Amino acid sequence: MTVLRPLLIAAGLIVIWQSIIVITGVQFFILPSPARVASALVDRHDVIAVHALITLSEILLGLLLGSILGTASALIMGYFRSVRQWLMPVLVISQAVPVFALAPILVLWLGYGLGSKVAMATLIIYFPVTAAFYDGLRRTNLGHLELARTMGASRWSILRHIRLPAALPSLASGMRVAAAVAPIGAVVGEWVGSSGGLGYLMLHANGRMQIDVMFAALFVLAVIAIALYFLVDAVMRRLVHWQPETKPSND
Amino acid sequence: MRKNFTRQSFDITARIETMRFDGTVLFENLELFIPKNTWTCLLGLSGVGKSTLLKLFAGLATGDAITEFECSDGTALAGRVAYMGQQDLLLPWLSVIDNVLLGDRLRTSHEPIRLGNAYELIDRVGLRAYAAELPVKLSGGMRQRAALVRTLMEDKPVVVMDEPFSALDAITRLKLQDMAADLLTNRTVFLVTHDPLEALRLGGHIILMSGRPAQLEPIAELSGATPRDATDQLVLEQHAKILNRMQAELS
Repeated sequence: MTVLRPLLIAAGLIVIWQSIIVITGVQFFILPSPARVASALVDRHDVIAVHALITLSEILLGLLLGSILGTASALIMGYFRSVRQWLMPVLVISQAVPVFALAPILVLWLGYGLGSKVAMATLIIYFPVTAAFYDGLRRTNLGHLELARTMGASRWSILRHIRLPAALPSLASGMRVAAAVAPIGAVVGEWVGSSGGLGYLMLHANGRMQIDVMFAALFVLAVIAIALYFLVDAVMRRLVHWQPETKPSND
Repeated sequence: MRKNFTRQSFDITARIETMRFDGTVLFENLELFIPKNTWTCLLGLSGVGKSTLLKLFAGLATGDAITEFECSDGTALAGRVAYMGQQDLLLPWLSVIDNVLLGDRLRTSHEPIRLGNAYELIDRVGLRAYAAELPVKLSGGMRQRAALVRTLMEDKPVVVMDEPFSALDAITRLKLQDMAADLLTNRTVFLVTHDPLEALRLGGHIILMSGRPAQLEPIAELSGATPRDATDQLVLEQHAKILNRMQAELS
């Protein structure tokens, strides 16, 4: 059933999509049929693949950079009290300014290439990763900390052996959010100004009334986003395998 | 190998001039003598400050305290106390053997990790088959046995224990008490408990703590081999007497 279920969901969505077209008689240049999108996907697969690769690398680089910066910031804030007081406001500001509003500026500064999109994805990821991980780092079980202190552990050693592993489940939550929002950052960056990527392809196709290509690009983007989420989820599960899971529905 | 002096035993005289916690005075001019190589048990009702006093011994200050610990060998007490808490405090991400070796890992000294000693002790408490398991796989009694081994691995002349067996069922508790009495012979043990029977089975000196600011009163001196049988005539008589005393404290 677990294998079958996603397929059934997909089939259900396609059926609904097709019936909307049949019932409303909407024109193909407003809402193309699943079959049209599928054939666009096949016919234009070479173009779509090129652009998909660009978007994928933007997302992955952004995810990598954002999570490295986020974990590093959280660790630094967790270790140095004085840094925390300086970094925390910056962190809040980074989130208070809408990342979308920054997109034109980033394109201006970093150009139409990969740079501005990676920066967008990084920015959008940085806050959830930092906030979640830092939260985990300061919620360490007091008993564990006391035990470590009676064992003569240094602050660094406590961070490494106790605070850090104890915060991994929180980091995992942050990373899941990051995986879900990273594609948004990349695509918004592409919309504002780019010469490649699925976002660019969608705008381009829209301008030429190739709505089927636009939907095909959207489909590929969704597949990338979903695959990325499940990949990150699987890695995080492995990282915190010791954490017993309880499902609210079992109560 | 460890230097010999760490295992040399000594008497401790603790003087607590004042100890405040959230504005209230918990202790004032408290003096406590802990003779070497025996178990001193501190009895008292919940919330009277037993755990706080014990934490002061372990070097874990929880409030404003002016304390002095005088050791009969003229050396400071700090660093010569092993601590065992109410909860087992096993780290959920480490296997039993790694939990037992936690002290060695935390002290990033150049001394080798004492894997041999750890397995020997794990054998003695009957956890060999579980050495590689995570703590979630263990029952409460097994977890507390692992915590006992971790405490022993500290190899300190003084061991302070804070109601370590209070969460266990009656039979498991008796078993754990036997194990602890056996493994901790020839050490200076300071045990905090609210169970008079536990104090009578294990203790040489039993002290009652009551009131606020707390007062200490020696209520029983017992000699002979420990652990004493729970049905021993002496134990039963004293048990009734102490229960009456503690009930009188309540009213």
